[in-house]
Amino acid sequence: MSSLVQSVDWLAIAPPTLAAVVGLVVLVADLFVDDARKALLGWVSVAGLAASALLLLPLVDGDRSTFCLTDDADVCSYTADRFTLVIQFLVLGGALLAALLSVTTLKDSRKELPEGEFWFLLLSSAAGAALLPASRDLATLVVALEVASLPAFALVGIRQGDKRSSEAALKFFLSSVTATAVSLLGISFVYATTGTLYLTQVADRVQHVDGQLQTLAQTGVVLTLVGFAFKTAAVPFHFWVPDTYVGAPLPIAAYLSVVGKAVGFSGLILVTVVAFPSYADAWGPALAALAALTMTVGNVGALRQQATRAYSAVRLLAWSSVGQAGYLLVPIAAAAWSDDPEHSIGSTVAYALMYAAVNLGAFAVAALVGRTKTLNRITDYRGLYATNPVAALVLAFFLLCLAGLPPGIIGLFAKVTVFSAAVDAGLGWLAVVMAVNVVIALFYYLQWTALLFRAPEGEPEKHRLPAPLTAAIALTAVLGVALSGAPQLVLRFTDAGLF
Amino acid sequence: MIDINESVMQFLLALIVAGPLLGAVAALLPAPPGLKGKSPEQAVLRHGVTVTGVILIAAIVLALGFDHDHPSKMQATTDISWIPALDVRIHLGIDGISLPLLVLTALLTFLCALYSYFKPPTGPSPKAFVALVLVLESGTLATFAVLDLLLFFLAFETVLIPMYFLIARWGGEQRTQAAWKFILYTLLGSVVMLLGLLLIGIKTGTFDMVALATDNGRSLTTSVQVTAVLAIGIGLAVKTPLWPLHSWLPDAHTAAPTVGSVLLAGVLLKMGTYGFVRILLPIAPDGFRTFAPYLAAFAVVGIIYGSLACLALAKQGAKGDLKRLIAYSSVGHMGFVLLGIATMTPTGVNGALFANIAHGLITGLLFFLVGALKDRTGTSDLDTLAQATGAALYGKAPRLGGLLAFAAVASLGLPGLAGFWGEMLALFGAFDPAVGLSRPAFLTFTAIAAFGTLLTAAYLLVVVRRVCMGTLPQDAPKLTDVRSYEFAAWTPLVVLTVVAGLWPKALLGLTDPAVQQLLAGGTR
Repeated sequence: MSSLVQSVDWLAIAPPTLAAVVGLVVLVADLFVDDARKALLGWVSVAGLAASALLLLPLVDGDRSTFCLTDDADVCSYTADRFTLVIQFLVLGGALLAALLSVTTLKDSRKELPEGEFWFLLLSSAAGAALLPASRDLATLVVALEVASLPAFALVGIRQGDKRSSEAALKFFLSSVTATAVSLLGISFVYATTGTLYLTQVADRVQHVDGQLQTLAQTGVVLTLVGFAFKTAAVPFHFWVPDTYVGAPLPIAAYLSVVGKAVGFSGLILVTVVAFPSYADAWGPALAALAALTMTVGNVGALRQQATRAYSAVRLLAWSSVGQAGYLLVPIAAAAWSDDPEHSIGSTVAYALMYAAVNLGAFAVAALVGRTKTLNRITDYRGLYATNPVAALVLAFFLLCLAGLPPGIIGLFAKVTVFSAAVDAGLGWLAVVMAVNVVIALFYYLQWTALLFRAPEGEPEKHRLPAPLTAAIALTAVLGVALSGAPQLVLRFTDAGLF
Repeated sequence: MIDINESVMQFLLALIVAGPLLGAVAALLPAPPGLKGKSPEQAVLRHGVTVTGVILIAAIVLALGFDHDHPSKMQATTDISWIPALDVRIHLGIDGISLPLLVLTALLTFLCALYSYFKPPTGPSPKAFVALVLVLESGTLATFAVLDLLLFFLAFETVLIPMYFLIARWGGEQRTQAAWKFILYTLLGSVVMLLGLLLIGIKTGTFDMVALATDNGRSLTTSVQVTAVLAIGIGLAVKTPLWPLHSWLPDAHTAAPTVGSVLLAGVLLKMGTYGFVRILLPIAPDGFRTFAPYLAAFAVVGIIYGSLACLALAKQGAKGDLKRLIAYSSVGHMGFVLLGIATMTPTGVNGALFANIAHGLITGLLFFLVGALKDRTGTSDLDTLAQATGAALYGKAPRLGGLLAFAAVASLGLPGLAGFWGEMLALFGAFDPAVGLSRPAFLTFTAIAAFGTLLTAAYLLVVVRRVCMGTLPQDAPKLTDVRSYEFAAWTPLVVLTVVAGLWPKALLGLTDPAVQQLLAGGTR
């Protein structure tokens, strides 16, 4: 009789595991480190995230799977293929940059934020987010999803005694838990009809469901998707975003805008393309409609932001991230019609990588400005060029990348791949909707950009540049510029098989 | 004309495209010791003159080294893979169609830089101004030099941000609105254009313009061609601009600084017409044939509409702005260009390309002159300038008045000057359009367009009468006549207008073989 114990490939699961372990270490160490040395915890966390990102390197050479069924080695719960590695790199890199921003925020907050808990929560969430793209069964997927989001609720509400912060956390929590419950119900339906949780087996068996159970299976598929749509902040599950971003500490908003999105769309990709490809005619149109709605609502919302309102810069980034989520959904929807779904999925992945780099960069500059102008209004950016030319140029570059216009070449080509996925799938109407959205988005991005170079009002204040913040800005800027010179670095994912 | 090594030619073309971009980055950096000049402002403006000068010289050398016996052949070609995932290649090359536009762009930008050196733009620091002009130059030159559809789109988009800032920062009244209108309109057009380009690329499996032109639309079904032409055509038509998509142009021109107007009219509009000739005609001929009558109809409406708008503006008491008037006249002139292209005949397309260059020279000159007039009198409002009797520019500043009259008659298409040949050939083409196009329809268009030339003559003569002539009051203050730097900036345009008018073969000899080849099935 073969062994019932699954063998574990420790190297394959090392990246998320290390992040989780470092999180625990930091939590315990917090008890023993005196107040003066709390900054150490931050640097340990940063180092931990960097190390787990480095642990992706040995996995590059080939696909690895672990936690496989003992009687069928092809059916596994955890797979480290190219898709997994790219998303894990995105998640861990995004978390690393968010951590760099947090180091300064925590220092500035002067003990208002509990350091040990903060780092523990951030690392746990990152570990969950890194686990998610590797999951190949529905249970692991939901567990990963919850590990990624539960700490995030706490992080959003971490500001002690801040009413807005706790309200945001509650909003986030309630809507998220509802969505999870719905998708759990969906998964249970799918399990009931197919008798398996493994994605590849689900894909197989869901096509041969007993006639009486058809409706149940279809309902299950739809409900499962709902939960993941929520995480990408797709309309109509987007309403928590602006308040949550404003209420959360800025680095957490940055984290959610990138890593939160990555979690959502990689989950969505796994359930649509891997688990339910036979239902493409159901989820394809749904996702296409969702994409169109999401980008329109997000961009119109961003357009309506008043520049003088408190926290308008963060609000604008929040709404624009909803709009960007819409673009990310387009290739996933297109995969339903495409002969080569992996090609379409690659467009989403490439776009997400571009978006992660430049959006985190924009947040980093916002964090820099927010140190002196705590209200972080868009009008506070007026004349940034006069006080800090480099930060202004870099922010202008990031915003134009998000808008997709040269000199933000990588933004332009990332949009081109998304467009080409839509055109390739014959989704002409969606491409036109997206075209209109690109124009709407340009308006607010360029308005902000133009403001940076206006003559400053009043005495210009010098921003002091803390080292971690500088590192984050420099890292994202170098990435953005390098990618603009060699877009192939991210666009190659559209060309090669991911799974 | 002269024999230049192929790799030198390749280098020159690459320099022409990339040089201004490097220059723009250098303009933002502090000046190195030894080049500091009298002040940082002066140093950076001089930097602009130097860079655009080098680019102009490179363009001239390129034109000299160009094999004039084979203008239909792509020359100085470079073909490097850039983004294999999207199949984007850095494919550069020039033929008889792109070379004149390339030289025109380099020339106009240099003249603008020269003009700005002596007459710095009013507004924030000239540092950003120079950098933006250089980025703009790079974008336009790249548009004419690239042979890859996605690269063409990239170059097409590159000009948006610099032009936006040039208008919004250094412009006149209502510049913010005008700048927004410019960029949002053009972007909407060009994103739609991207969809068409992608459709072509996906259906044929390549974005290479040369390969696609050689294929001559054979691998595209007619329905795909129709869709692609519609999408690409809208994007190009916004840029050109084609009536009724022109409404951004008058505002942008009125608000833009002199240099911005010159480049906008002289160079940016050409990107649209160039796209029609380079992309739509050879790559999707069937689709283009479907739309050609509509294009021609809209073009003709544009001719009449532009002229009537100008007549209305030129009327006494209409508070017409001279810059606005020239902008509307551009709508009319570009109408002739589009009419020529819509005929799909070698005659018409050659006429269109000729009119393109002529419009760049003449309208560039006109905007320079009106800008100079506005600097001297403080207004470009026709009524304020002319008062009741006329501005009497001949009396106040005879040389300036003479030049203005020269540019005006050149613009109305006086035989012997550059404006004549293009419009005449476009009308000729429309008289006998390509096989498959409705002759009666095009005959009607010809008649209406010919009537448009009369209207054009009418309003330009009204402008000359009201601005240049008039009684000179005894106590009228003398205006400064043309300064020497203005002479330097304008003389090349005047000379080229005359040369192109008297010796059209210099230009037609270049474009004709390339056009024949393009219409017959591709570029070699």
